[in-house]
Amino acid sequence: MRRSTKIAAVLAAAILALAGCAKEETTDSSDSGGAGLDCDSASGDGPKVGLAYDVGGQGDNSFNDAAAAGMAKAVDELGATCTEGEAQDDEPESAREDRLRQMADGGYNPIVAVGFAYSESVNAVAPDYPETSFAVVDGFDPDEEPNDNVAYLGFAENEGSYLVGVAAALKTETDHIGFVGGVNNDLIQKFEAGYVAGAEAVNPDITVDVKYIEESDLSGFGDPAGGKAAATGMYDNGADVVYHAAGASGSGVFDAAVDAGEGTWAIGVDSDQYLTASAEQKPHILTSMLKRVDTATFDMVSSVADGEPLTSYQTYDLAHDGVGYSTSGGFIDDITDEIDEYAEKIKSGEIKVPTAP
Amino acid sequence: MNALRRLGASLLAPVIAVVVAMIITSLVISLSGSSAGDFWSVIFSRPVDRAIVNIVNQTSLIYISALAAAIGFRMNLFNIGVEGQYTLASYAAATLAGAALFPGLLNVVLPLLLAVLVGAIWAGIAGLLKVTRGVSEVISTIMLNAIAITLVGYLLNKYGVHVGNGVRSTVIPESSRLDGWTFFEASDGPVWTLATLALLLGVGFWVLLNKTRFGFDLRATGMSQSAAVASGVNVNKMVVVSMLLSGAIAGLIWMPSFFGAAHSYGTAFQAGLGFTGIAVALLGRNQPVGIIFGAVLFAFLNEQSNRLTLETDISVNVVQITQGTIVLAVVVAYEVVRRYRTKLEQRTVAEELAGQRQPAPSERATT
Repeated sequence: MRRSTKIAAVLAAAILALAGCAKEETTDSSDSGGAGLDCDSASGDGPKVGLAYDVGGQGDNSFNDAAAAGMAKAVDELGATCTEGEAQDDEPESAREDRLRQMADGGYNPIVAVGFAYSESVNAVAPDYPETSFAVVDGFDPDEEPNDNVAYLGFAENEGSYLVGVAAALKTETDHIGFVGGVNNDLIQKFEAGYVAGAEAVNPDITVDVKYIEESDLSGFGDPAGGKAAATGMYDNGADVVYHAAGASGSGVFDAAVDAGEGTWAIGVDSDQYLTASAEQKPHILTSMLKRVDTATFDMVSSVADGEPLTSYQTYDLAHDGVGYSTSGGFIDDITDEIDEYAEKIKSGEIKVPTAP
Repeated sequence: MNALRRLGASLLAPVIAVVVAMIITSLVISLSGSSAGDFWSVIFSRPVDRAIVNIVNQTSLIYISALAAAIGFRMNLFNIGVEGQYTLASYAAATLAGAALFPGLLNVVLPLLLAVLVGAIWAGIAGLLKVTRGVSEVISTIMLNAIAITLVGYLLNKYGVHVGNGVRSTVIPESSRLDGWTFFEASDGPVWTLATLALLLGVGFWVLLNKTRFGFDLRATGMSQSAAVASGVNVNKMVVVSMLLSGAIAGLIWMPSFFGAAHSYGTAFQAGLGFTGIAVALLGRNQPVGIIFGAVLFAFLNEQSNRLTLETDISVNVVQITQGTIVLAVVVAYEVVRRYRTKLEQRTVAEELAGQRQPAPSERATT
């Protein structure tokens, strides 16, 4: 009895404490760099914005940081002020609601919720605060009743992924590329669908390996070891370009490219990941699919500043510069003309990019 | 006098643990460059009405989870599979309730029974593997966790309702919802009806363990397997039955929230409760009353942590450090207190023996 209790205690404490530690490090590093948003020092007379992050918060080098970057721009240009809240791993739905209500009670308007996991909680809270504008990045209305004060900021990730798929197909020398998804859900399948379609548009016979780190557990977005294992398998198998849509697990994909050696590439996601990669990884980051969460966040704040808050579904697609690709590192300078040709065709509607594989 | 001393000693351990955890947390916060005073003033401030409701609701979920873990612990069985058991059970129950095959309350009762059944079966697999093939339940339940979570993800993707970027099971009809009782404003939310399940299970747990033959056998096996065998306990049967019971309770963990607020299995599903339960069971020494305090403490810390990033620059994850150190410190403190108590007993016995022997004059001369 006693011995197993001790083992249990050590395990339980380790799970809890280490989870805390790991997260501590990332948040610490955000203080020094990250998206450069410091709500405490913002003191304009623009909108008072409540920013509710998904798990990871400011400093994740990806999704949340993009929202923070948009907010930082709003602080500079619109004199906005802000407060930040951050989701915890495995928190109850009530915690998300509570976070939004605290902001609404505090007079923050608009309230920007980062991540589709906030869809249900915004739907529950928004009707109680008709004077406050809400926005959910990647969000959706979960029921039949429309909310007049909620904007759902959606992105055409499939279109951006299509372009990096084109880049991958043009750069591969083995006609063999890969895709690593964090979690096998509808949102990430959109990335896969666009990527495969783009690659096949260039070379119909190309081989695309697809692997998801987790079937449904959101830990797939925070599992660099899982990302590395998946990508290493693909490189060993003959692929020489791997695109990831796996959040923080992506750093494992970059490491796998480094290990696979000269001439292997990885493609980043959400923000320009060349800029935040380590010196070792940089020579392997071909490009990144940009999802302009910063633009959407800034638009939302600015619409409230103008007195005409965004509502309902807003789609940030290629035509509206909501998605795109990065050129940092200069590895795709020779093919940007070709990629842009495809981009034009998507904008004109000549190419319809699928949203599901 | 002696009884008083003993009571003092048993209260001493948790108090020491909480104090140690507070010191370590304060150190961590100071080291990361923030103010520990801010942290404690936020944590110890009075929760708003809404937060009180949430704390009660969360306590019920954590309590059920801790009971599920405790029943195994009492028998020396380490069921880490509570997480997988309640995930699978919740999905199964949500799917059945969503199908709305039965009218009104029957559509609540039958899904609850299904949750119990699924939880029990999933845990039972680990029990059977242990008695037939000698597989450690620690290993098998961890693996069953991974299988359960992957399986639910697959089934949900395939058969769930896709809305926007999310996917969920069919929402249950109005007639099967059990919202609960609103004590404050409507926007503060209700205390869920099925939160009372926690109370019922707690009482049931106490009766089962302390007032039944089965409970006696279970505790006996936990304390000394060889002694239990010698007195005619079928250990293999006990292992399987305890795993089934543990899983059955685990199946109910998320049900108060499901029927009270979520109404479907999707983004509102709360993962991780299975692991919280293990920590809380340890904190409460696997006793139904002790676990209440542990569950309230964890629910309180989680709820208050939500205000941290809004009111201070301290990460919410610091609370996980507090919780982790409390658990570790509690176990260490209990061990220290146990040794102290043993020493105390030894001394008392020695004194009494010495007292008895006092009349011997020859011995007195030598000492």
